[in-house]
Amino acid sequence: MNSIKFLYAAYIATWLIHGLYLGSLARRYSRLRQRMKDLRK
Amino acid sequence: MKRAFPILAVLTALFLAYAFYQAMFVAPTDALQGDVYRIIYYHVPSAWTAFLLFFVNFVASVQYLAGAKPSTKRAANWIVIMAGVVGFIAPFIPQVQRQLPTGMYPSSVATTALIIAGLYFLVGKYFPGQSLDVLAVTTAEVGVVFCTIVLVTGPIWARPVWGIWWAPGDIRLTSTLVLWLIYVSYLVLRRFSDSAQTQKLAAVLAVFGALDVPLVYFSIWFFRTQHPQPVIGGGGSMDPRMLHVLLISWMAFLCFAFLVGWSRYRLEWLRREAEEAEALESLLEPGGPSAPVSKAKDPLSRAAR
Repeated sequence: MNSIKFLYAAYIATWLIHGLYLGSLARRYSRLRQRMKDLRK
Repeated sequence: MKRAFPILAVLTALFLAYAFYQAMFVAPTDALQGDVYRIIYYHVPSAWTAFLLFFVNFVASVQYLAGAKPSTKRAANWIVIMAGVVGFIAPFIPQVQRQLPTGMYPSSVATTALIIAGLYFLVGKYFPGQSLDVLAVTTAEVGVVFCTIVLVTGPIWARPVWGIWWAPGDIRLTSTLVLWLIYVSYLVLRRFSDSAQTQKLAAVLAVFGALDVPLVYFSIWFFRTQHPQPVIGGGGSMDPRMLHVLLISWMAFLCFAFLVGWSRYRLEWLRREAEEAEALESLLEPGGPSAPVSKAKDPLSRAAR
């Protein structure tokens, strides 16, 4: 059964989803830090 | 605790790399499916992690709702104690034992009942007041990420093995999709509703959503589905070497979920602090609602003249 590409696809999809979520967390963190900085001014 | 984060992050990354190595190169190849079965090492741990996170979300939501009144909190505590005692004793009664599905051990049911009751009190002890709501939103969001992985890797695995991407009407697949939709709507409610009742409404939705978790989990025990039988208990017969790698992979994903959840938890607290600071600033700024009103602008002083 030539199905190794499905295995790679599943593993890549998993880390892509985690990566996207971690990226969104990092973006939200930096936006919040900027908001806090503006508030302190 | 903050200083430990980078160290834990490095350790988790190493653990995930080790789990990957075990899954790809150490675990034996399946005689029927070949190498594609190795998707199990990402698919199943993601599902278990999502269930655990949704369960913590349920406990936090119940605690949050029960904490509104001391009498409700006391009643909820007693209900959980009673449920724990009944859940611990009942599986050993022969009439109840006969109802358990094949492969489900009474001792594991009893232990699970005790763990659930214990977790309820632990969450209540370490997450007082608003922390419960923050914990609920954190676990729901991270749980949705893991559930998304289950829903994406499942069809990728199904295509070469079943010949189809999705089995329409299959109870395991449909109930998992419904679970995902419930928690996505929970997050949408929290994101877009400004009502003062949002937290309570979200907690109620979470309680209903959690009812779907046992349906998803036990559906393969009680219904005929395309989905394979459970790998642990329930008559599953997995090679011990494969099971070993599966548990390593789950532990690695649990550590990862803990770290991501921790970051999200801190982010939620920061967001709330920023909102409070903004509200305070708008109250104090000139022309704000509580700012001293000049005589010329004050409608009352004009009326007095």
